Amino acid sequence: MKSLLATLALTTALTLPGIGMARPVTLTTTLNAYGGDGAYLALYVTDASGTYVGSLWMAGGKSKYYEHLNDWYRATGGDTSHINGITGASVGAGRTLEITLDLADALFDAGYTLHIDAAVEDMRDSPNEVAVPLTSEGAGQPVKGRRYVASFTYDM
Amino acid sequence: MIRALHRWPGLLAFALVTVLALSGAALSIFPAIERVAAPRAEAGLTVATLAGRVHAAYPGVEQIRRSPSGRTTAYWFDQGMPGAAAIDPATGKGVTSADPNKVERWLTNLHRSLFLGDGGRIVMAAGAAAMLVLSVSGAALIARRAGGWQRWFSPLRGPLAGRLHAEIARVAVIGLVLSSTTALWLAASTFDLLPDGEAKPAFPAQVSGATEIAPDKIAALRHLPVAELRALSFPNPGDVSDVFTLKTDRGTGYLDQGTGDLLVWADPTGWQRASETVYMLHTGQGAAVLGLVLGVMALAVPAMGGTGFVVWHAGRRGRPRLRGNQPMARAETILLVGSEGGSTWGFAATLHAALSGAGQRVHTAPMTAFAPGRYECAKRIIVLAATYGDGAAPASAKGFLDRLNTAENAPDAAMAVLGFGDRGFPAYCAFAKAVAAAAEEKGWSELMPLGTVNRQSPQDFARWGRALGQALGIDLELAHQPVLPVAETLTLVSRRDYGAEVQAPTAILRFALPRPTFGQWLTGAGFTRFGAGDLLGILPEGSPVPRFYSLASAHRDGFIEIVVKKHPGGLCSGQLTALEPGQTVSAFPRRNPGFRPGRGHAPLILIGAGTGIGPLAGFVRGNARRRPVHLFFGMRHPDSDFLYGEEMSTWQEEGRLARLVTAVSRGVRPNYVQDALRSEREEIVRLVRAGARVMVCGGRGMAAGVSDALAEILAPAGLDPAALKAEGRYVEDVF
Repeated sequence: MKSLLATLALTTALTLPGIGMARPVTLTTTLNAYGGDGAYLALYVTDASGTYVGSLWMAGGKSKYYEHLNDWYRATGGDTSHINGITGASVGAGRTLEITLDLADALFDAGYTLHIDAAVEDMRDSPNEVAVPLTSEGAGQPVKGRRYVASFTYDM
Repeated sequence: MIRALHRWPGLLAFALVTVLALSGAALSIFPAIERVAAPRAEAGLTVATLAGRVHAAYPGVEQIRRSPSGRTTAYWFDQGMPGAAAIDPATGKGVTSADPNKVERWLTNLHRSLFLGDGGRIVMAAGAAAMLVLSVSGAALIARRAGGWQRWFSPLRGPLAGRLHAEIARVAVIGLVLSSTTALWLAASTFDLLPDGEAKPAFPAQVSGATEIAPDKIAALRHLPVAELRALSFPNPGDVSDVFTLKTDRGTGYLDQGTGDLLVWADPTGWQRASETVYMLHTGQGAAVLGLVLGVMALAVPAMGGTGFVVWHAGRRGRPRLRGNQPMARAETILLVGSEGGSTWGFAATLHAALSGAGQRVHTAPMTAFAPGRYECAKRIIVLAATYGDGAAPASAKGFLDRLNTAENAPDAAMAVLGFGDRGFPAYCAFAKAVAAAAEEKGWSELMPLGTVNRQSPQDFARWGRALGQALGIDLELAHQPVLPVAETLTLVSRRDYGAEVQAPTAILRFALPRPTFGQWLTGAGFTRFGAGDLLGILPEGSPVPRFYSLASAHRDGFIEIVVKKHPGGLCSGQLTALEPGQTVSAFPRRNPGFRPGRGHAPLILIGAGTGIGPLAGFVRGNARRRPVHLFFGMRHPDSDFLYGEEMSTWQEEGRLARLVTAVSRGVRPNYVQDALRSEREEIVRLVRAGARVMVCGGRGMAAGVSDALAEILAPAGLDPAALKAEGRYVEDVF
């Protein structure tokens, strides 16, 4: 139950003022020129114990390919209700994905980690491409991914 | 209906389907290349051994994948740097880059989406649907044309483009149906319209807690042949709860990273298996040879598009626009047209307009579209039939008699037949007569007796129209001026005169070949592909009726040549024989496919007199393959009307002409060409036994004399000129 509430807090914080303070956060993901088709990216958050809390964004519209986002798929069982309304197009090589969300204040400096799983057709599946702790100091600090992500930043 | 279903998607989707087919054909090469290039795994290699080798070479290995072609790829991390390579199963070491081939990826994206994302995928799926509709409707047309599915591979007749179209199609259609059906399946799968998602087992909640089993010690992998492997993912280092993920042809499962035990397994669903098979059939991945075959068949698509366009265009050319043509099911009058060159269509259009104007619902169609079962409201069927050659069906009536004869019952509607022809020929309106006779045989009721129109006579047509009007109880005035093919202006470049001394002024006229327009070049219209023996229609000044002359040259000769004798008082021959180089005439070509030497190397016996030498000389000139040609030529006097006399010796030296026998009718001992034949009787029997083809060109009297002489020569040898005619080995072009 706790995780369900947390998911709500992540995605619709503004419309549920009772839960707590929220602020707009911009997530910027720039891909390197890996020389393949558009990348599927799953952005999600885990808590201090590594348990999945909720999804922030899914770049890529065809659910049959979600199994290649291994860690996200393992946590959610591929259930698309986790990403209802927060799904967009896949991101081409060298392109930048920028999304702005309202994130609950309680997620910052509390041991939560933002993860990105990535996958490209006929190329490597890259679970945990990016794993970055959500902290006030970390905001605005670019982080490099393992294979596809040239830089990821969250700005408050 | 089937034809419309074949024609319109065909023309509209031509570009799209061509892109699909060409990119598909190009893509079909890649699975074969990959199959040949991928290092082979040794026989009996297990996944355990393979995984052990790769793990030894790349301790940071994350995943090993094997494609259906046998290419094995490993992905690893080495000191934080991602690495990937196609590996040699024998060593576990990388041999080539794992990056997808850029050309293949470009082609794939073009093939499935025109680089336009989901919108492009839908467009391409529509292209595949068009291909399927075309294949199925085309197959139905071929079956109808051949006379049933069981006669699918029976020989085809008709103009080249249509024949090519069908010849290619009946081989390629299987591949095209397979490729387009599987394409639609894959598109549906991509858009999640099929329940073919992968059956993944639930992730195990309990694991042993141990880690670091060596991959080659895992029992489940030690009995698994590499050929069955699809992917093996290693557990995430440092995550005790993670597992090995194994995918094989038989399903997906998780293995404990400490013990190697199989924790959970899921078999693929039936839908998933079906989608995998469809994927293999469409891409050729895992079936490289099939892929290549499908690729070659896809190459047929542009060829069929081109020939299909020519067929469609040729069908429209010369066919007038019919206003208010009713659907056949609703029409009370069915007008069927059997036309070779298109002139009968003009008469049909006039009749169509007059009947429609009298308030009738009329459906006009070529005789090939005869469908007695579907004339639901028809009260009468009117057949306008030209004759082709010696009584054969004209182009737009092919198969009509067969269909009439095989129909169970004659239609209820009464029938009227109007034949078009030339009284100058013995087979005057022979096809129309055959149609009328077959109808009578079938017990088909007659609306009015057989009518005929001689030489496109507007008077004959109007007279018949009045009779038809009486039979129908309406006032019918048919005023028709024949629509002629588009004539072009030909400029005379040279003339050679003969025969003045023997009171038979004759000229060999050579015209410049007009430059074809792009449209003519594309569709074969105009002076783009005529051969010797075809006809040249000349429109003389002062008459709308064309006069036809046999062509003495082929398109590849680069000029247009005819032989004309001046007839006393002849309008056209007078104008032509008065023509000086630089002056022009209006003319158009007409096919004469019944008078061709044909292919092969069998001897040719060419027999002609006077201007009849024209097409025969054309055949000799075009005989680059040194076929044995024996020419019998009758003239009046060698010093006066020995047409082509100058060239004959050259042609003999070049081997284009094996033997020349001349007959001179004015002199001490008058000798006609039939006398020359008789004096060569042994030679003629020998040639005919050797499969020779006899071609006669000249006046009617001469042709009759030749026919008698040949019967006389061949009968003692047990050969029959009538049988030769039936075989098409004895053809005449008489005037």
